[in-house]
Amino acid sequence: MDQLIIAGKSYSSRLLVGTGKYKDFEQTRTAVEASGAQIVTVAIRRTNIGQNPNEPSLLDALPPSRYTILPNTAGCYTAQDAVRTLRLARELLDGHALVKLEVLGDPRTLYPNVVETLSAAETLVKEGFQVMVYTSDDPIIAKRLEEIGCVAVMPLASLIGSGMGILNPYNLQIIIENAKLPVLVDAGVGTASDAAIAMELGCDGVLMNTAIAAAKDPVRMASAMRKAVEAGREAYLAGRMPKKLYSASPSSPTSGAIAPIQNKVA
Amino acid sequence: MISLTINGTARRFDDPLTVAELLERLDLSGKRIALERNGEIVPRGSFREQRLADGDKLEVVVAVGGG
Repeated sequence: MDQLIIAGKSYSSRLLVGTGKYKDFEQTRTAVEASGAQIVTVAIRRTNIGQNPNEPSLLDALPPSRYTILPNTAGCYTAQDAVRTLRLARELLDGHALVKLEVLGDPRTLYPNVVETLSAAETLVKEGFQVMVYTSDDPIIAKRLEEIGCVAVMPLASLIGSGMGILNPYNLQIIIENAKLPVLVDAGVGTASDAAIAMELGCDGVLMNTAIAAAKDPVRMASAMRKAVEAGREAYLAGRMPKKLYSASPSSPTSGAIAPIQNKVA
Repeated sequence: MISLTINGTARRFDDPLTVAELLERLDLSGKRIALERNGEIVPRGSFREQRLADGDKLEVVVAVGGG
């Protein structure tokens, strides 16, 4: 069966989803379930002191026994903060080493700071983390992150939360051609066809959050995304027909058609 | 009397308590948390031994929804 392999572990789903921006944990849970995702990202934040101790928590709705929980470094603008966050995350998740690294450069566009990202990746790999790294669509940076020892490269397709879709198919193609690691689109997917396009380009997977959570019917969109990722992957494996401006190659036979009647001129 | 900064907020405690005792006082004992003390991770296994000192800066974190 066609499996996604990350850091030596196999997954049947190539759709990874975030857990932010949902109405409540119940919606989060049902949407994640409808998506079929096995890997879900979470953020690491200060706990509210003095809150009701019986307050339900995210990991009650999405237990680590059932899902691969992927802590991220959302909100980190320096390598140092990203590293600190993931050290905390690893402790929080009982030594779990698979993490998502993202170091942002600008709170408005949320574009990644690849200089800080490279630095954080080097430190984290040395400390034994298995780093799935969010990055720009720069093929040189993507290759460098692979050389550093990350376990997956995750270029954006367009800006985080923008829903603009796959704006950079050619850069993604180059990254995919050069990569020995799995390449997952992370950021910019807005609707099902975007996810299918990413998979048709040859991506190994897609990570999305806003596309599902901000849909009018998130659970339905989660289901659509599941199908889109599967369809796109299958189309990729099937090997599409070539594109030509014109082909003079109809699908129906050219011989044996009934003779056209010539119109008599009055 | 010791003063600790916990998640950015200053709090005073009568005696130098252990991390475990602090978490009990804050009603966080049963919760899945991770803790950083002055920039270093405090492993869960050593919560009962590590005694906090005046001026310690603590970050206590949990997993929340995110992309």
